[in-house]
Amino acid sequence: MHAPSMIDRLQAELATFGAVVVSHGTVVCHTEPPQLLGAVTLLQSQFAFDVFLDVTAVDWPNDALRFEVVHHFYSTTNKIRVRLKSRVPEAAPIVPTLRPLYGSAAYMERECHDMYGIQFDGNDDLRAILLYEGFVGHPLRKDYPKQLEQPLVPYRF
Amino acid sequence: MGIAINPLSGLPSSASAPGSKIPNPIRTSLTDHEREGSVIVNIGPSHPATHGTVQIVAELDGERVLRTDVHCGYLHRGFEKECEDHTWHNLIPYVDRLNYCSALINDFAYCDAVEQLMGIEITPRTRYLRTLLSEYSRLCDHLTCVAASMMELGAMTAFLYMVMVRDYMYEHLAALTGARVTYSYGRIGGLADDLPLGWLTRLEEILRQYEDFIGRVHGLIDRNRIFIDRMRGVGVISTADALNWGFTGPILRSTGLPIDLRKDTPYLAYSELDFQVPVGINGDNYDRYYVRMREMDESVHMMRQLMDMLPAGPINVDDRRCIFPPKTLVYNEIESLINHFKLVMEGPSVPPGDIYVAHEAPNGELGFYIVSVGGGVPHKVHVRSPSFVHMGGVHKMLNGYQLADVITTFGSVNMIGGECDR
Repeated sequence: MHAPSMIDRLQAELATFGAVVVSHGTVVCHTEPPQLLGAVTLLQSQFAFDVFLDVTAVDWPNDALRFEVVHHFYSTTNKIRVRLKSRVPEAAPIVPTLRPLYGSAAYMERECHDMYGIQFDGNDDLRAILLYEGFVGHPLRKDYPKQLEQPLVPYRF
Repeated sequence: MGIAINPLSGLPSSASAPGSKIPNPIRTSLTDHEREGSVIVNIGPSHPATHGTVQIVAELDGERVLRTDVHCGYLHRGFEKECEDHTWHNLIPYVDRLNYCSALINDFAYCDAVEQLMGIEITPRTRYLRTLLSEYSRLCDHLTCVAASMMELGAMTAFLYMVMVRDYMYEHLAALTGARVTYSYGRIGGLADDLPLGWLTRLEEILRQYEDFIGRVHGLIDRNRIFIDRMRGVGVISTADALNWGFTGPILRSTGLPIDLRKDTPYLAYSELDFQVPVGINGDNYDRYYVRMREMDESVHMMRQLMDMLPAGPINVDDRRCIFPPKTLVYNEIESLINHFKLVMEGPSVPPGDIYVAHEAPNGELGFYIVSVGGGVPHKVHVRSPSFVHMGGVHKMLNGYQLADVITTFGSVNMIGGECDR
């Protein structure tokens, strides 16, 4: 598998961006939105993290910083995964976009914006992707009722 | 092929027709014409030649595709929202419906994620059985994909050969799980049931039939002039582009990069198996066809090894947090009755924490990111589905080729609506 020294080096370097732990074999860094781009640039340029796997958010309705934006990266050379977490408040749920670094960010950030209303600063194409144009609200937020329906075409009974 | 788009509004002409009150569900990014005299057409979301329900708005110069805007989401059914309202066990049938061509791999990846969070180590028999069934599912999935993409080129015989074999497999899996397509066979900490008598004997028969028919397909297709003309050099993607746009699985391997989670970060019993990772050369449609064909052979090779390695023993771990007690005890003993009741009403208790677990699905990296706050209901279940990420980069393979190539390229990407739109 991967050399342990690589994970140690990664932990030491990522520590400048926030607290780092290793959880279930994944390096997890709790960073902040202003530091995110720096951390990702470091991952891409120094540690060959060439695949941007996933971005999503976790809703913690009782916290002041309500949303936890979670990025996952994978290095095809070192076979390591990294998770970056950054907390944003409900009033300004803004994190920088990764569009300039990874092409795959375009679609995945659109999904995260659909579901949680996270704004990706610098991504000017946050059109609806899994939802439709005109959908009101963000369905994966905990305060969105599961039963609420927004039919495009009125029901015919 | 499709309906015309009004160049001023960017909407299909029918939607902006007077009297029409239904708003257009999509907003295309192709509102201005890149080239004088080009035409913007809309293909899908419901079109007989596209796999799944997906909409492609394309700007055409004659028959050549200049730009495309791919839009998905027509099969969105709130999977992740629904998961937050069910116990860890009850959402297994939903997980099946992500990639319905290889539902068992979804089951096992999800169960693996929950088990790792609970700190459960599954029994050896279950570990080998899950590996065997994962490869069986991969075989079914690749057969479907290759058969369908050849049928779209008119290769009806090859399609029927492969789908016939796949149907033997579906019937065979129904004998094991009770369902042909959506099995709900995985359980947290084990499996729904052990193998029925004679199941492995029938498996070997089916594998022989598979080899017979796949040999005929190779003979019909591999050096077929029509097939090569339509597939070779079409839908080309480079390794750098594939990585940048998040491609994994057969599409990434078709560009020549041997990236396979079964080799790179082995899970289940893959570290004990002898298998190769087939790669392509050009990253075109033909390479993707051939990579899938070779992967099926490797899957059969692995399944034969696993049939020999399969140990006897229990299939479920002995852990009362997630495994139901035997029915006889539930009826005769108060502790087991309470245990059964708590598992049904409250669900398995998963300790607080989060985990990302990825398995190599037939289409690429299938990841489950699950968050638990303790208790029987997930706080969040997120699926990193390969199809969705592939839809974000598929325009790299469509732009610059003929309109008719959209069909073949899309077939070789094997977009599965269930996991793409969730």
